[in-house]
Amino acid sequence: MSEGLDKSYMLKLAVIGTAAGVFSGLLGVGGGTVIVPLLVLWLGYGEREATGTSLSAIAVIAAMATILQGAYGNVDLAKGLLVGLPAVVGVLIGAWLQQRVPTEVIGLLFAVVLVAAAVDLVLT
Amino acid sequence: MIAAAVLGGCAGVLSGLLGVGGGILFVPALALVLGLTEVKAEATSLLAIIPVAVVGAIRQYRYGNVQLRDGAILGLLSALGVAGGVALANVLSARVLRILFAVFLVLVAIQFLRRFVETRREHRADDEAKADG
Repeated sequence: MSEGLDKSYMLKLAVIGTAAGVFSGLLGVGGGTVIVPLLVLWLGYGEREATGTSLSAIAVIAAMATILQGAYGNVDLAKGLLVGLPAVVGVLIGAWLQQRVPTEVIGLLFAVVLVAAAVDLVLT
Repeated sequence: MIAAAVLGGCAGVLSGLLGVGGGILFVPALALVLGLTEVKAEATSLLAIIPVAVVGAIRQYRYGNVQLRDGAILGLLSALGVAGGVALANVLSARVLRILFAVFLVLVAIQFLRRFVETRREHRADDEAKADG
C-alpha cells in the first residue's frame, strides 16, 4: 500500500471514529450504527469484518463512557448485569449465526435496525 | 425480571450479528421493564455493553473478523468524540439534530438494501449462466 493511500485511509478511519463518538455524545445513539456502515460503504470493509471491528471499538468506548457515567452515580450495577449477562450468551449465538448467513443478508438486517433507530430518534 | 433478561439476550444476538452495542434494546429494558429513569437507563446500558462487546470482539477475532489496529483507533477517537458531542449537545438544537441523523440512517439503510438487491441479482445471473452452460 502506498503512503498516500495509507494516509487517506487513516484520515477516513479518524473521521469515522470521531463522528461515531460525537453522535453518541450528542444523541445517545450507539457508535455501531455509524461505524459499521461507514466501514463497509466508505472503507470497503466486508460486512463481517466491519461488525467484528466495530465491537472491538465499542468495547473501548463503552468502558470509558461507563467510568465517566459511574462517576456521576448514574450506573446501576445489579440491573446492568441483569440485562448484560444474558446478552453475553446472546452475542455468542449472534456471532455464530453471523458466520452462517450470506453477507448481503447481514446488510439487509442492518438496514432494518437502522430504520428502527431512525424511527426511535424521531419519535422520542 | 425475566422480560428484562430476555430483552438482554436479544440485544446480545443483535450485537453478535450486526456489530452494534445493543443499547437500542438495553435502554428500553432498563427504563420500561426495570423502571430506571432515562438518564440512568442510558448510563447503565453502557455498563451492560462492556461484557457483550468484549466477548463479541474476542469471538469475532477468533473467526478472523477483527482489524485490531483499526478498532483501537476507532475506539479511542470515538471516546474523545463523545466528550465533544456532549459539549455540542448543550449548544445545538436536539430536535433538528435527531431528525438530520435519522435521515442519515435511512439513507444508509437504502444503500444496504441496494447492495442486497444487486448481490441477489448477480447470484441469480450466475445461476442462470450455469444452468445454460
